[in-house]
Amino acid sequence: MSVTTQPTVPLAPDGEPDLTPAKRRGGRMTISRRTNLVGWGFLLPAAGLVTLMSFWPMFRALILSFQSGRGTRMRWADPLWFNYTRLLEDKVFQQTLANTFIYLAIQVPIMLILALILANLLNDRNLRFRGLFRTAIFLPCAVGLVSYALVFRTMFANDGMVNVFLGKLGFDPVPWLNNPTTAKLVIVMGLLWRWTGYNMIFYLAGLQNIDPNTLEAARIDGAGPIRTFLYVTVPQLKPMILLTAIMSTNGTLQLFDESWNLTAGGPGYASMTMSHYLYQVSFQGSPNFGYASAISYVILILVAILALIQMKVGDRRD
Amino acid sequence: MTRTSLRRLPGYIFLTIAAIVSVFPLYFMLVSATNTSREVISSKLTPGGNLINNYNALMASQQSLWVAFRQSTIIAVVTTVLALLICSIAGYGFEVFHSRGKDRLMAVLLLAIMIPFAATMIPLFQMFAGLNMVNSVMAVVLPAVATPFLILLFRQSARNFPHEIIEAARIDGLSEIAIFFKIFIPTMRSAYAAAAVITFMAAWNNFLWPKVILINSQFQTIPMMISNLTAGYVTDFGVLMLAVTIATLPTIFVFLALQRVFAEGITGAIK
Repeated sequence: MSVTTQPTVPLAPDGEPDLTPAKRRGGRMTISRRTNLVGWGFLLPAAGLVTLMSFWPMFRALILSFQSGRGTRMRWADPLWFNYTRLLEDKVFQQTLANTFIYLAIQVPIMLILALILANLLNDRNLRFRGLFRTAIFLPCAVGLVSYALVFRTMFANDGMVNVFLGKLGFDPVPWLNNPTTAKLVIVMGLLWRWTGYNMIFYLAGLQNIDPNTLEAARIDGAGPIRTFLYVTVPQLKPMILLTAIMSTNGTLQLFDESWNLTAGGPGYASMTMSHYLYQVSFQGSPNFGYASAISYVILILVAILALIQMKVGDRRD
Repeated sequence: MTRTSLRRLPGYIFLTIAAIVSVFPLYFMLVSATNTSREVISSKLTPGGNLINNYNALMASQQSLWVAFRQSTIIAVVTTVLALLICSIAGYGFEVFHSRGKDRLMAVLLLAIMIPFAATMIPLFQMFAGLNMVNSVMAVVLPAVATPFLILLFRQSARNFPHEIIEAARIDGLSEIAIFFKIFIPTMRSAYAAAAVITFMAAWNNFLWPKVILINSQFQTIPMMISNLTAGYVTDFGVLMLAVTIATLPTIFVFLALQRVFAEGITGAIK
């Protein structure tokens, strides 16, 4: 009896029909739908620009890399992969590819290890002049790439400051920028100077998230500072190390300013980077956009492959 | 006490060497700006009396120095304002109007970090040439405005923004866009400062893209101008170092004044 007379709309304690939860839910749906749309509106300018300024040009470059011709009169290459097979015979391209890998293999590991050591030293709360050291080592980041390249070029000029200094120490002058090996070395030194402090800042940020108890535990277990650093600190910084490794690899594969301003790619093509060669093919002499796009896709693919390898290695559990 | 100090000694020596090496090229740059080319080459490391002569020679060879300075300032300011506005609206949108679809979009946008500029440079040049925008400020600015890195940075900072404030403002009847402009921007000043410093520096120092798209020398930026100083027959190193100093001092001042903000900017997106 009571069951059948039960009102279909339950009454709230105060006697009003309790429609509110359902009603409110319905209302929320439309409001949240509306705010969801507003949300998409917030993303639109940025997403549109990234698409227009990165994804679309990247796709266009792929098309271009299968084309040949000048200016606006581009047609499909014959055979389609002509620009790519040309890379295999282009000695200059291969030289710049090798140069870029030399920079990558020598500079990035040295830089990241130096940055790790510096960050670990600066993370010591009892260190005197901590702020001063940090500011000094971080300072090169404030200098533009063109500016520092020109300063290094002046210091390493044939009769320049570095050679005068070496002479005072009794060494023979070194033709820094005129020798294929030392020209690369000057670029590596420049990169180390400019970017070590930058990476150090990432490690300092990462070190703040490390539980001091783990370091204390290691100390109590009798581990010295070096063992603590290697077996306690470094493993905990692994995500940061992976990030800086990927960023540095990405940056090294795109080097341009240093190659252009510090060594002008020389002597010959001995210190030229891939991006510098790409610029030359694109905008100097008789521009060849199709071939240049093929070069740019080699850079793109290398960036992707190396990032994937690093993420695989970084993900591996040890 | 003395034992721990002694144990720290190698660390101090290492840090001191690193600090000297880091600062020395800048000291060399500053001092050389006041010396003659021959003094620079012969490694005179004390201030000289040739600053005025270097300045006059620089003006005589490159009348466009202050024009380039103005051009760089305009480009850096416009880039910074637009980048902060567009990326912060997006970062806020991703966090506050969070949904699965938006997460997917963010993942796609993040892929753009891995696209090397080299791979977009030629089509971008063709695109802006097609729009008759070669030599224009906006052609320099637009590719630098929306960066996934900045969007990420603002999304991270929006994460710390209390949601209750947004709810309260909604109940007060503020529109979503008004909440963003009137409440989010003023409370997130430190995130904006960090983003502004890194964006301004990057725009000020950018070289390759301005070099590609600003063809006429009357539109050249500061980095382009100092780079061209070495293209002559004989480089006057005193003049060159003065020009490099003028190009570098603004960013060094910004850095020294806002070092923590700068550090926050480069690492903020990954916290």
